[in-house]
Amino acid sequence: MMAGIPLTFLLNGAEIGVFVDPGANLLDVLRRGAGDLTPKQGCAQGGCGSCTVLIDGAPHLACLTLAQNVAGRRIDTTAALATGPDLHPLQQAFMEGFAAQCGFCTAGMLMAAKALLDRVPDPSRDEVIEAISGNLCRCTGYEPIVDAILTASARMQGRSA
Amino acid sequence: MTSVEFRKDIFADERDDTLKEIGKPTIRQDILGHVTGRTRYFDDHLFDGLLHMRAVRSPHHHARIRRIDTDAAGRMPGVRRVVTARDVPVNLNTLLSLINFGRDDEPLCAHDKVRYLGETVAWIIADTERQARDAVAAVRVEYELLPHVLDVEEALKPGAPVVNEVYPNNTFDYHDKYDHQKLRFGDVNAGFARADHIVEAEYQMSPIEQAPIETCGAIAAPEQNGRFVCHTNTQALFFSLGTTAKLLNIASSRLHFIGGTAGGGFGGKVDSIVEPTAVLGAMLTGKPVKFAWDRYEEMQVGAPRGGERWRIKDGVMRDGRIVARQFTGFFDSGAYMRLSPYAIIKGTGHLPGPYSIPNVSSNVYCVVTNRTPATAMRGFGITAVDFSIECHMDRVAEVVGMNPIDLRILNAYRDGDMKAHRRRAKNTALIECCQVAAGKADWAISPDSAAASSLRGGGVGERGEIPETVTDDEGRVGERRAGRTADTAPATRGTGRIAAGQASAAVGAVPVQNPDMEIEVERIGHRIAAAQGAPAAAPRATAPGTATPPRADTPAYAPPPAYAPPPAAPPASAAPPPPGSYQPDQPFSRGVNRPGTSRFLSGTRRR
Amino acid sequence: MNLTVETFPTLRDAAGAVGDKARYLGGGTLLMRAVNYGDKAVERIVISREVDRSVRSEGQGVRIGAGATMADVLAAGDLTMLHPVARMVGGPAVRNMATVGGNLFAAAPYGDMATAFLALEATVQMADGQSLPIESFLSGRARMRGLVAAVIVPRVDPATFRWKKVSQIKPKGVSMLSIAAVLRGAGRVDEARIAFGSMGPTPLRAKAAEQALRGCAPDAAGIAPALAVCCDGLHPVDDELATAWYRRAVAPVHLKRLLLGVQ
Repeated sequence: MMAGIPLTFLLNGAEIGVFVDPGANLLDVLRRGAGDLTPKQGCAQGGCGSCTVLIDGAPHLACLTLAQNVAGRRIDTTAALATGPDLHPLQQAFMEGFAAQCGFCTAGMLMAAKALLDRVPDPSRDEVIEAISGNLCRCTGYEPIVDAILTASARMQGRSA
Repeated sequence: MTSVEFRKDIFADERDDTLKEIGKPTIRQDILGHVTGRTRYFDDHLFDGLLHMRAVRSPHHHARIRRIDTDAAGRMPGVRRVVTARDVPVNLNTLLSLINFGRDDEPLCAHDKVRYLGETVAWIIADTERQARDAVAAVRVEYELLPHVLDVEEALKPGAPVVNEVYPNNTFDYHDKYDHQKLRFGDVNAGFARADHIVEAEYQMSPIEQAPIETCGAIAAPEQNGRFVCHTNTQALFFSLGTTAKLLNIASSRLHFIGGTAGGGFGGKVDSIVEPTAVLGAMLTGKPVKFAWDRYEEMQVGAPRGGERWRIKDGVMRDGRIVARQFTGFFDSGAYMRLSPYAIIKGTGHLPGPYSIPNVSSNVYCVVTNRTPATAMRGFGITAVDFSIECHMDRVAEVVGMNPIDLRILNAYRDGDMKAHRRRAKNTALIECCQVAAGKADWAISPDSAAASSLRGGGVGERGEIPETVTDDEGRVGERRAGRTADTAPATRGTGRIAAGQASAAVGAVPVQNPDMEIEVERIGHRIAAAQGAPAAAPRATAPGTATPPRADTPAYAPPPAYAPPPAAPPASAAPPPPGSYQPDQPFSRGVNRPGTSRFLSGTRRR
Repeated sequence: MNLTVETFPTLRDAAGAVGDKARYLGGGTLLMRAVNYGDKAVERIVISREVDRSVRSEGQGVRIGAGATMADVLAAGDLTMLHPVARMVGGPAVRNMATVGGNLFAAAPYGDMATAFLALEATVQMADGQSLPIESFLSGRARMRGLVAAVIVPRVDPATFRWKKVSQIKPKGVSMLSIAAVLRGAGRVDEARIAFGSMGPTPLRAKAAEQALRGCAPDAAGIAPALAVCCDGLHPVDDELATAWYRRAVAPVHLKRLLLGVQ
C-alpha cells in the first residue's frame, strides 16, 4: 500500500493522484499505484527497456525515474495506444508481422516506436533500429519488429506496406 | 511480413497438403494481449497486502554454515517473518524424482553447507521489497570456507573437494554401475587402426544464461477453500506443482497453479524453485507473497545451460568417410543434478550426430562442481555436442582436403540406417538441408552430393546392421576417486564383446504404464524382451472411427533402458468418444491419450 | 531504513546537502539503479529545483549546463563534435535522462562523455564557484563533496577530435574501453591528447603515448612507438566485461585503428 507523498500527473490523458513512498520509481507507481500494468519490469537497471514510457512525449525508462519528478507531467503508456475500438497501426502491424512472441518487451517496443513515428513519420530502417536500440528482445531477433514499425509508418502515411 | 520459404517439393509424398492450418501464416492467439499490454504475466495480478520475500544468499562457492543470526533482521521495520531451512517441511529433492529418476540431492534452503555462490541460506518476508532487501542485508551468517572446485576435470580427480555428499564421487552414477554414461557401437579402436587420418580436437562451451526479459517469479496466496493459488511463469506447471507438493508436504489437490504465460523462458523457467518458495511464504504468513528474482539473481542464481567440454576423435579414410568416432564429454551440472543426468542420456542417444558412422564410442560424465546448478536451454543436452561435432566436421574436411558440405553429405545418415544407440534412423533430412543451404549460399557442391537423397541408400548392408561391439568395464562408481582409473576417454582395450545384431544385457526398463504406450517394434534394431514392453503380436491400436494413420505420423516413443521418457501423444481421435469408454479410476498417466478418448480427458480429473 | 528525498531551491543549496549517504539525483540512470537494488550507500536523495540544461558559447569554448542530457547535447549545433559520443550512450530513453554532470561522476565502466571531456581538456565549474581543470576534477572526484554546475569545452577544430567506443553490444552497450583523442598538426602530429575510459577508476590520459606521438607521421610506422606505451599510466581491472589482461592486449589495437582512421 502506498502512503506518503501525494503525486499528481497526467496518465494517458487523464489526471490521476496517488501517494508514493520517497524514492519510489515511476514503474512501481504506475503498476501498483495507478493500476497500469502495461509497462513491465525486466531488470530495474535501465538495461532492457521493457519499462519504456513517454514523458511529455519523449521516451524514458520508468524504472529509473523518481516518481516524484513526474508531478504535473504527461505520461503515456501502451494502455492508451489504441484510442478507440481499433488498434493503433503499430499494434496492428506487430500482430500481423509476428513482431512479438513472449510479448514481454512489446509494450516498451511500442512506446519507443511511437516516440519515433511522432517525431519522424517516415523513418529509414536505420532510424528504426536506432529508435529501438534501448529495448532488448530475447525472442524475435528484432527483424520482425523493425519490419512492423516500417509497415506501420507506411500505412500511417497512406502508402501500402 | 517476415518471409518463410516452404520447400514443399522435398519429401512431397510424405505430406498431406490438404491441411488447413499448417504451412499458412496465422496470427498468434496471444499477440493481441501482447500488443495491447493486456497479457497477464504472473506479476500482473494485484493482491491487497502483498508481501515481498527475498533470499539471503551465500557469497561463497563452498562453505559450511556455522551459524545464521537473524535476530537483528527479524526486528527490522516491515519484516513479517524470517524463514529458514527448518521451515521447509521436506527440504531435500531432485526435480526428476517426479518420474523416479535420480536421488534427492538438493535442499530448497541450505542448512549445513552451501555449495554454490548465491545458494539460498534463509529468506525474509516483509511489507515492501526495499524492507525485505534491508533485512536480508542484516542477516549475519558465519561460514567456514571450504575448498571449491569449478572445473569438470578437476572435480573428477581423487583429491577434489566433495561438493555434494549424495554423490560423493562428484559424478552421477549411471545404472548404479559407472560414473559416466557409455555408448558402444562396433570397435572404434579397430576403426582408428585402419583409418588414413586421425583427427582429434577439444571443444569447450561456457555456461549460457537464458536471460529471458521477465525474470523467474511467483505470487502465492491462500485461497478460501484451504488451497493456495500460485501465479507463476514456470514453463513446467505440473512439474512445479508436483515439486511444491513434495517439498511442502501438501496434497497436490490443495495447490491451484495458474501459469502458461511467461515472458520468455528458453529452459530457464523449469527448475521450480520460486513456486515452492512463494507457497511456503503464503503458508507461513497467511498472506499473499511474491517471490521473484531480480536481474542479478536471474544471471547469477538462475540455472544456465551448463558448460560442457567435449573431446572428439575421428578415424577418417582418404575419401572422407568417417569410419570411427569417439567422444569424451563432460557436463558441468553445477552443485546439484537437477535435469543434467537426463540430458546426458538424451545427448548420448544423439551421438554421433546426424551421420552414419560404423564405429562409435562415447563416455559422458555428469559432473558436480561448485558452480550454479545447470538446467535446460534450447536443444537441451544436444546443443554443445552438436556445436562440437560440426566444428569437428570442418576440421575433418580440412584434413582430407574436401568441401565441408560434400563431406557432410557423404557421411550423412539416411532413412533405415542403424544409429549408434540401436534404433533405425527415420525421417532423416540432413542431406536435403545441406543441399538447400548450399544453394542459398551459392556454395558449389559435387554432382554426387547434389544427387544424394535421404530416401535412398540407407539401411543397406552394413549401414543397416548392428556390428559386433567391443565393450569395457572401466570407470565403475568409486574407482576414479580412489585413484584406480585415471583416463576419462573410452578404453583403448575392450574387455568384452557383444555379437553382431545384439544389444547388451537388457536393463530393466521402467514398466510401460499404460497399454496404449506403443513401441514401434520395426524401428528397434535388436530383439527386445516381452518384459520391456514388446507387444505380444498386438496390432497398432487405432481409435474407433479413424483410419490407420499414415507412416509419416509421430511414432509412439520406445523407452530406452533405465529411464522413462515423457510419452508422445498418438494421434487424437477424430470423433468424440462414446460415453462410458473413459475410466477415471485408472491411474493418471501423464497426458497419454487412450485411443477412443477425448484428448481433453487425459488423467484423473474431478470437476 | 526509509529513503528520504530532499528538494532544494538552488544547485548551491543542494551541493551543501550532498554527502556520505546523500546523493544528488541527476538523470537517475545510475542513482536509481542503486536505489532499486537497495544499495545501503544511498539513504538520502538530493534534488535541486534549479537545473541548468543550457548550451551556449562562452569565451573560447562552449558552456554545457550540468543538467543537460545526452539528448540536449545531440540537439545542440554548437556540440556536433560530441555527437558521436552522446549518440552511443544507452538508447534513446537513457539519452533523454542521462546528464552531462552525472557522467562526470560515473564510475567505470561508464563515463564516455567524461572521457571525451578529458581529451578536450575541458574545465569543470562547481556550484560553489570553483573552476577545476577536468584532470584535477577526475583525480579528486572520489573525495569530492559538491556539485558540478557546468562544463566548459574549449572550441577545437572538429576534424581533430576522434572517438572510439569498444563494446560487445553495438552501438549502445557499456564500454569495455573507450578512447577519445585530439590530434593537432598537419602532415605530422604536433600535439596529441589521448584519454582512455574504462581503463582505470576514472578516465585517464595516456601521456606516454601522447609524448611518443609528438612529431610523428600519422602512419603505422610513425605511431608504433606510441602504441607500445599506450597503457603506461593506465590501471585496467578485471570486471564482468573483460579482464585487465585483455584490455591491455587490445588497447593498442583500438588506438591504432583510431589514429589511422580505419574500422
